[in-house]
Amino acid sequence: MNHLPVLPVLIPLVAGALLLLLHDAPLRLRRLVVAVACLSLLGVALMLVTLADRGGYLVYQLGNWPSNVGIVLVVDRLSALMVLLTAILGAVAASAAAGGLDTRQAHFHALLMFQLMGIAGAFLTGDLFNLFVFFEVLLIASYGLLVHAADGERLRRATHYMILNLTGSSLFLVGLGVLFGLVGTLNMADLAAKIAATPDENVALVRAAALLLMVVFALKGALLPLWFWLPRTYAAATPAVAALFAIMTKVGIYAVYRVHTLVFGAEAGPAAGVAEPWVLPLGLATLVLGALGALAAPSLRTLTGHLVVASAGTLFTAFGVGGADALGAALYYLVHSTLAAAALFLLADLVLRHRPAAGDCLRTDDAIRRRDPLALAFIVAAVSIAALPPLSGFVAKVALLDALAAHPSGAWLWTVVLASGLVVIVALARAGSHLFWRPPPKGHVATTPVAAPAFAETAPLAALLTASLALSVLADPVLAYARAAAAQLAAPSAYIAAVLGQRPVERPGSDR
Amino acid sequence: MLFALIALPFAAALALMLAPRAGRNLSAWTVGLAALAGLAILFVLAPAVFGGEVLRARAPWIEAIGLEFFIRIDGWAWLFAFLVLGIGALIVLYARWYLAPEDPPRRFFAYLALFMGAMLGITLAGNLLLLIVFWELTSISSFLLIGFWGRRHEARAGARMALAVTGGGGLALLAGVLVIGHIVGSYDLDLVLASGELIRSHPLYVPALVLVLLGAFAKSAQFPFHFWLPHAMAAPTPVSAYLHSATMVKAGVFLLARLHPALAGSTEWLLIVSAIGLSTLVLGAVAAVFQQDLKGLLAYSTISHLGLITLLFGLGSPLAVVAGVFHILNHATFKASLFMAAGIIDHETGTRDLRRLGGLYAAMPITGTLAIVASLAMAGVPLLNGFLSKEMFLAETLAFESWPSYQLAVPVLAVFAGICSVAYSARFVHETFFGPKGHPPKTPHEPPRLMRVPVEILVVLCLAVGILPNLVVADLLALGAGGVLQGPLPDYHLAIWHGFNWPLAMSAISLAGGLALYAILHRRGIARRIDLLSRGKIAFEGIVAALIGLAQRVTRTLETGRIQGYLLWLLAFILLVGASPFVDLAAPLSTKPAQPAGPMAVGLWLLIVAGALTVTVAYRRRLVAVIAMGIVGLGVSLVFALLSAPDLALTQLLVDMVTTVLLLMALRYLPAISPPEPERLARWRDGAIAVAAGLGTTAIVYMVLTRPHPSIAEYILATTMSEAGGANAVNTVIVDYRGFDTLGEITVFAIAGIVIYALLDRVRLTALTPFAAKGPAPHSLLLNLCAQLILPLAVAVSAYLFLRGHNAPGGGFIAGLVLAIALILQYIAAGSEWVDERLDHDWNRWIGAGLLAAAATGIGAFAFAHPFLTSSTPHVHLPLVGEIHLASAMGFDTGVYLVVFAACLLMLAMLGKVSRWEARD
Repeated sequence: MNHLPVLPVLIPLVAGALLLLLHDAPLRLRRLVVAVACLSLLGVALMLVTLADRGGYLVYQLGNWPSNVGIVLVVDRLSALMVLLTAILGAVAASAAAGGLDTRQAHFHALLMFQLMGIAGAFLTGDLFNLFVFFEVLLIASYGLLVHAADGERLRRATHYMILNLTGSSLFLVGLGVLFGLVGTLNMADLAAKIAATPDENVALVRAAALLLMVVFALKGALLPLWFWLPRTYAAATPAVAALFAIMTKVGIYAVYRVHTLVFGAEAGPAAGVAEPWVLPLGLATLVLGALGALAAPSLRTLTGHLVVASAGTLFTAFGVGGADALGAALYYLVHSTLAAAALFLLADLVLRHRPAAGDCLRTDDAIRRRDPLALAFIVAAVSIAALPPLSGFVAKVALLDALAAHPSGAWLWTVVLASGLVVIVALARAGSHLFWRPPPKGHVATTPVAAPAFAETAPLAALLTASLALSVLADPVLAYARAAAAQLAAPSAYIAAVLGQRPVERPGSDR
Repeated sequence: MLFALIALPFAAALALMLAPRAGRNLSAWTVGLAALAGLAILFVLAPAVFGGEVLRARAPWIEAIGLEFFIRIDGWAWLFAFLVLGIGALIVLYARWYLAPEDPPRRFFAYLALFMGAMLGITLAGNLLLLIVFWELTSISSFLLIGFWGRRHEARAGARMALAVTGGGGLALLAGVLVIGHIVGSYDLDLVLASGELIRSHPLYVPALVLVLLGAFAKSAQFPFHFWLPHAMAAPTPVSAYLHSATMVKAGVFLLARLHPALAGSTEWLLIVSAIGLSTLVLGAVAAVFQQDLKGLLAYSTISHLGLITLLFGLGSPLAVVAGVFHILNHATFKASLFMAAGIIDHETGTRDLRRLGGLYAAMPITGTLAIVASLAMAGVPLLNGFLSKEMFLAETLAFESWPSYQLAVPVLAVFAGICSVAYSARFVHETFFGPKGHPPKTPHEPPRLMRVPVEILVVLCLAVGILPNLVVADLLALGAGGVLQGPLPDYHLAIWHGFNWPLAMSAISLAGGLALYAILHRRGIARRIDLLSRGKIAFEGIVAALIGLAQRVTRTLETGRIQGYLLWLLAFILLVGASPFVDLAAPLSTKPAQPAGPMAVGLWLLIVAGALTVTVAYRRRLVAVIAMGIVGLGVSLVFALLSAPDLALTQLLVDMVTTVLLLMALRYLPAISPPEPERLARWRDGAIAVAAGLGTTAIVYMVLTRPHPSIAEYILATTMSEAGGANAVNTVIVDYRGFDTLGEITVFAIAGIVIYALLDRVRLTALTPFAAKGPAPHSLLLNLCAQLILPLAVAVSAYLFLRGHNAPGGGFIAGLVLAIALILQYIAAGSEWVDERLDHDWNRWIGAGLLAAAATGIGAFAFAHPFLTSSTPHVHLPLVGEIHLASAMGFDTGVYLVVFAACLLMLAMLGKVSRWEARD
């Protein structure tokens, strides 16, 4: 029995529970628990990626029930990749928080663990209601991580975040209820298999449910017009949390990629392709508005928040275009943009601390301390996220443009993608030249001492930036993996057969 | 060796980054040696390349997108690489002396090396995508170089402008290259160059051409993108000398030449390229006359010469290509030396303003002589290299055949530009070195000996090429032009004297006319009064400012920071999207007859509706709203009871009780009445959307409920006893069939508890609406008595519900809530002190223990090689309680019980803190 698929949920759950038991134990012990959990999560995720890359599906039937009765976890290339990304960001956040944040926020470690559990569970589950449950887990945990110490601005943003997402959760339930009422199953593979045979009088309802679910995921994934809360909320988060949040929008995007290719995908008969006509134009508009927002951003953190929005727009656009090529390029882009955004959030915090008077504000002048290393990190991060060569962003953009070319309105897509890319370049050039070149106001004497950032804070940043380079140097295997993952998405019948064909384990000698 | 060639500059940049203490000499030597070593490699390769070989070295990079690390050296690549490294080495030497002690040399030379490497990469790339990689690297590194003195406003603005224009052009080029790759099926330069016919006849040829040209023109500062170049003069002069003579701006014309076999030869090419080249040639030449800044003059002159080269490539004949290649070489030599001379003047006098200079020849005769010779080359005076290529150029303008008026315009405008170029060259020489002594900030003198060496070398080259072209440059030119044309060279003859012919006459007119023009302008002082500022800069900054303004307006409009607005978008979007399928698809309201509603059902329905309406109407009075919500919850639990779902009814009831109490406690920290909504219109709009959303949901739910419902319920009812070992299917669903969901849900509950703890533990809240006046809380004796009586009973009931849960209504969730409610009642009746004294626990730990218990039970299945949460059920018969199964499901339910109970109490304890403070106060 291979228990690997459930471990990404169990490891953080057990660690989180342990941390509750140890919540007033010495800091070192708690950090040790977190470190062990993060490292084992990374190890498990790597093993899952290796296993998934053999091309099959790992179907894990919880409680040993048949797939259509109980809950299943399904590991394919996509879910394994997303779990790996989660594990990486978890380690990054834990390390960055060890700079001192984790001493200031009660239950930080436990919340971090539960957050990872929720994200990993959402990526692994093959059951639509279970996806809802994990959405709740990650939502409430992220709320806990956001509200940190109840200071006014953060609390307000976090409350907005919570209210919006609870509204989304209610909508999720409505959509789920409709599907369950009409189709009678919550297992995604089972749903997919049955939805193609929807009788005519139910088609409108099923399509409506599909669209409502799309809205739920779009709210998480930051699609126009549902992302307006995001930049300020992310900007108000502490750096470690903001870095971790780089993957939160990806949860929504993953859900669209998964559910709308599997349940409402090409083989879904009357419900096929219901979301794409909405997602494509809105995704493009999201990309444009995200890029514009970056240009208008008053601080490096809100700028990064808008770049997160822009990357979500790119990913939705790719989904709207559809097909294995576009999705393959998009998955590579997803990995790249998540890591790059996390890096920029971490960097924004370091910049903020090294400009004692102005913080990361892009309107006020201040002398920046430790300029050279910070500027270097900024250049690397900016080059990566602005999709300039030779880092991963460029590879992603070329692959994406290649894939978009096949679309009937490919010329327009190219124009929008390239033009917003230029806007992002301008925005980052303005931000960088302001932060690192502009002299402090006249008569300014830099007196406030700035403590050097801890190794635990700089190491994850360095690692993320190196990852961008590595993703470019080793782009071939990563792209091949992403394309294979997309090919799996584009052909859902294999997934359906694997899940529904899986038999529970025989249990000799038991009464079952 | 080919890889070493391209790696050298990058290695130098990296080495400098890692050597924090490197000073001026060490930094310069590092980069200089890299350039010299590169030149040495080029010389080693020379015999093969001159022999007509094309050298190739390949390394795989990203096959998936067609990007190969392919170094390909033919004659053209070799020649240009030679130019890049040769001038680069001289620039390094010059910069060593130019940089001020306070300029960080390590950074400067690292950027320079990076730029040199990127430029070299453009020349050597044998794969168009690889070329793009280096192309954009030059944009990035030139951004850093131009902004080197970033404390100055103009340096920052110039750097950003250069990046935006050339980077934007790079994006267009990328698109163009992708299209070419699409047409050819590969980015391999060998293949692309061999596919000229295919490309030109493809329907996507024009888009590809336009995109590539956009990139090339933006880089080579062709009209209308020329404006960034003069502003890039804010860079330190070695940078200007390098970027604007041999490298950066030459990248565009390099590309025109490189892709000549693939793209040129069509009417579109001829029209676009020659017209843009011609306008740039004239425009740059005129503007150069009216500059007051030495470097500004040189910058516009560079634009003009680039236009000349572009025009030549646009004319497209093999001879024009030879002329273009030749002029690239010549311009690089004289312009680099002129920039360096200007830098020396700036360095030694402290100004570059032509109006403050003058009569410098006496103070710096050697520099003066060098600059004069180079200026003569720029003006196209015989015996200098500029003359030769200009002659060829003029000959080509005459040989050009096209529409009559255009055919006439080209040579006429070429002569006009020639006149201007003589005029600005004359102005450069005369107003710097001759005429009345200026009043510069510093007393001028000759620069350090070594600073002058690069200028001397270049000027000697200008002369050597100009006097002995066949000896010095013929082979190089043939090599380069051959590489561009990828085929046989046309017949041409390098000579100073071709006899009396039209080109010579045109040269003579240019010289005479130029001198005359300058004389007029100078005598009247016109040139000094007019400062032709570039409109492009104003336009560019206007566009950027407008874009930022637009972005700010959009952001302000959308990101209001108000939750009401965000919710409005969300609900409106839901309505729009959710309604869309019903527009064109028939959806009957019901497909099976609905059950008749009894009076009880109608009564409950009315109760729920009334409760919901009360919340909507009275939402500002929070207390009323909370109570009305409690009524709704109660109604729902009665509905469950009516529909024979006791588990759900019980759960709903208990959840509702706990929620209402906790909400009421939380209300104490809020104002009793929430602030009113701002506008009447907005209120109506919001109300309409809310009603529409409610009705929409109702309609959807009604439709679903009145349709046949296929379900797995039968399977569960059939197996709950035999497989899951419990008679209560609701409970077996919760703890077994979907135990994983339950695990998630109790985690949510647990997190909610600890979040409230994390939020409130260290915060001291003050109640806004105390329930009573100060003093001991007026606890009801009767309630207190009841509560105390109920407590032990509740404990027993809770245990009972818990134990029997698997087979009859009950279970860990319900039991946990029952116990929590008993304690909440106690708390209300007796006050928090009473509860605290008896139940002073760290509930966080209990929550953790509960989660661990649930998880551990599930993990127990691992021991039997079964998936997580697989239950095993040895049945045990207990008196009174009946048959229960211990072991797994029980352990899991214990976890549920603990988490639910402990989280409730944790929330209670946190929300109740305020009364303790009040009591203490």
